[in-house]
Amino acid sequence: MEWLIGRFDLSYLPSDPITMGAAIGMPLILIAIVAALTYFKKWKWLWTEWITTVDAKKIGIMYAIVAIIMLIRGGADALMLRASTAVSGPGGTQLFETDTFQQVFTAHGTIMIFFVAMGLMFALFNIAVPLMIGARDVAFPFLNSMSFWLFFAGMILVNASLVVGGFSNGGWLGYPPLTELQYNPGPGVDYWIWSLQIAGIGSLLSGVNFFVTIVKCRAKGMKLMKMPIFVWSVFVTTVLIMISFPMLTASLGMLSLDRLAGMHFFTSDAGGNPMMYINLIWAWGHPEVYILVMPAFGIFSEVVATFARKRLFGYKTMVWALIAIMFFSFVVWQHHFFTMGAGANVNAFFGIMTMVIAIPTGVKLFNWIFTMYKGKIDFKAPMVWFMCFAVTFTIGGVTGVLMSIPAIDFQVHNSMFLVAHFHNVIIGGVIFGYLAGLTYWFPKLFGFRLHDRLGRWSAYFWMVGFMLAFMPLYALGLMGAVRRLDHYDDPAWIPFFVVSAVGVVVIGIGLGLFILQIFYSVWKRKTLRDTTGDPWNGRTLEWSVPSPAPHYNFAIEPTVSRIDEWWYQKQDGVSVPKDKDYKDIVLPKNTSLGFLIGMAALALGVGLIWHIWWLVIVSFVGLVLFVIRRSMDDFTEHTLPAGEVMRMDREARGI
Amino acid sequence: MNDGEITQKRDRHQLGFWAYIMTDCMLFASMFATYMILKNATAGGPGASQLFDLGYALLLTILLLTSSYTVGLANLALHNNRRKEFIGYVAATIILGVSFLVLELREFAVLIHEGHGPDASAFLSAFFTLVGLHGAHIAVGLLWAIVLAWALYRQGRHEDIKRKFGLFSTYWHFLDVVWIFIFTIVYALGVA
Repeated sequence: MEWLIGRFDLSYLPSDPITMGAAIGMPLILIAIVAALTYFKKWKWLWTEWITTVDAKKIGIMYAIVAIIMLIRGGADALMLRASTAVSGPGGTQLFETDTFQQVFTAHGTIMIFFVAMGLMFALFNIAVPLMIGARDVAFPFLNSMSFWLFFAGMILVNASLVVGGFSNGGWLGYPPLTELQYNPGPGVDYWIWSLQIAGIGSLLSGVNFFVTIVKCRAKGMKLMKMPIFVWSVFVTTVLIMISFPMLTASLGMLSLDRLAGMHFFTSDAGGNPMMYINLIWAWGHPEVYILVMPAFGIFSEVVATFARKRLFGYKTMVWALIAIMFFSFVVWQHHFFTMGAGANVNAFFGIMTMVIAIPTGVKLFNWIFTMYKGKIDFKAPMVWFMCFAVTFTIGGVTGVLMSIPAIDFQVHNSMFLVAHFHNVIIGGVIFGYLAGLTYWFPKLFGFRLHDRLGRWSAYFWMVGFMLAFMPLYALGLMGAVRRLDHYDDPAWIPFFVVSAVGVVVIGIGLGLFILQIFYSVWKRKTLRDTTGDPWNGRTLEWSVPSPAPHYNFAIEPTVSRIDEWWYQKQDGVSVPKDKDYKDIVLPKNTSLGFLIGMAALALGVGLIWHIWWLVIVSFVGLVLFVIRRSMDDFTEHTLPAGEVMRMDREARGI
Repeated sequence: MNDGEITQKRDRHQLGFWAYIMTDCMLFASMFATYMILKNATAGGPGASQLFDLGYALLLTILLLTSSYTVGLANLALHNNRRKEFIGYVAATIILGVSFLVLELREFAVLIHEGHGPDASAFLSAFFTLVGLHGAHIAVGLLWAIVLAWALYRQGRHEDIKRKFGLFSTYWHFLDVVWIFIFTIVYALGVA
């Protein structure tokens, strides 16, 4: 049997009640979805409209759906962790075994970074970038679809581990030698490796794709210094992705060679060097946090300018701040392990660089504040998210600078203080930013706005919940609580952990309100309808097309002569296009190969995790053949005639 | 598609490919860094100076550099629409590439046979992975060259093949450059 199912046996099926519940629940949900699709005869629709699509907007929506589902999954993990620490003090009981606890925090970190934050980020890249630069689509639509399906395959692997085999217990960055075969022989770490490896390659390809999109596909006249700031932020982010993600690929690759081929890169014997891994992964990991947060800065730049009804203050300083952060983010990685013992001079260098990187970030915050100054501010939900961000992110930034001093870092290294700090910047910066972005661009995709009051209440709950959940952790860190702690003996810590657990529940309500807001808005879509295509009185090109945006984005390719082109066009008076302005549009054809490549990668991952070698060979050959098949395809585009474009455009605009 | 759109497409593909090459540079850079850090971690076993033969590595280098030359000639032939010549040079490239790979694998096999496999020490893990990563790239390149030659033979759509072969030759030259670094850092500095 071993040739057929590798190292799988029945002992890998879940045994404790919590994972059992999840293990039964997930297939049930899957069956329900399949049944619903069959009952409503939606399979064909799903295949032709979504799975095979190469339209960036639809790919963006799929990223967003996956990311929000993963946000629920990661949030449930967080709730389990804090519920557990609330009752596992002196005299209390642990809710789960230590190993399960470790798997939960590993899954929480991995899912939140790779499948929530990265997912929402690529969702917003896809949704907004082509529209903002006046392009029909991204530079490589097929590659875009493939990237999504690789991301999807990685997501499936993380969640499959819940049902079969268990997840890694090595933390979200999987430090060796704990994650080496010697200490972790099971499939958990392999699940972690291959889900990140597959999703990571998808991210890398997306990085290349959006880099080329921004360099090559901008509207006529849109010079680099006339691009919207969100596009600038995506541009520097793609550079970071292209430089840093190969390092992730290399580190994960070497770890998997240690585990699969008995190599000794990071083992504790035969000359292996675990600190080499920690250096490599953080050389990726630090740029990664800027990869996540810079697009959020970009979103807030658009949101603040739009809702303050003012041109963004300090456009050029904004751009240079982004570029400065891009450079500095590569020379701070060692601050994640000042305690390694690199010596005073090395620590001093990285400490100072870390302080320096706070300066361009501070510049941006002041720019937003000056943009609001004397503006006529409209406190719609995205603006409320911004206000919450501004406060939370500043606190997170200040505690970050605090920890950049090696002497202080030695005290709080790997403590709850650190946990509080990075949640402060990731939730307050990244998540608030992306939820603001989703709210802001939602009408462009669906043709109706999200319900504003529910959105604002969601932001308030997130904000209050955040403070309750993480401020106690700062105190706990200073009191000596280390991170990833599943039980403790100091009774003084109990109230802090309890407040923190309450905070997680409040955040949960915030997330619930956000999801409720989506469903409620779908229900009330008639009253929330966006008839103008420009619901916020926006400034950039995406608001010049009707909502929902047509699949070809722009019926007539726009020309740009200044920053905030659309804002000034509206003041000059928008002219109605004449018949001869419409031209034929060349559009990419749908293809199933992106999906098939993703699924082959998924099968390859399963084979490597479970040592099912025939599956590895079959899926690898499949992967290669699919790629060759695509390269042989000469007719990947079709033409939409000018007359048809004119008819569709006039209908959408109600002319 | 009109001419403007074809040029646009070619520009995009070229920039995208260069961007990809840059990411590959980072991948190799990570492996080179790892090799440099681990090269003395031999766990009591033999090091680079005892294991590597500079003459053998030089032979590999000559094979690969020659193949880069034939790729250049193939590219030239393609642009002058000399199909037979093109196929000949591609065949030469493939033969040189395959010989390179076979000799490299033979070196690996000898090392493993003598008990110096990738699982013997951190140094050997880094050596096999760095050189093997380059070898895997060569294998991908060979497959790509075969597919391109076949596509030209099958349909003869010149413009598209020209564009794609241009990318392939960029890739092949890039692997040459990486190999020169391997030759210098792994073999020449290792034996010295």
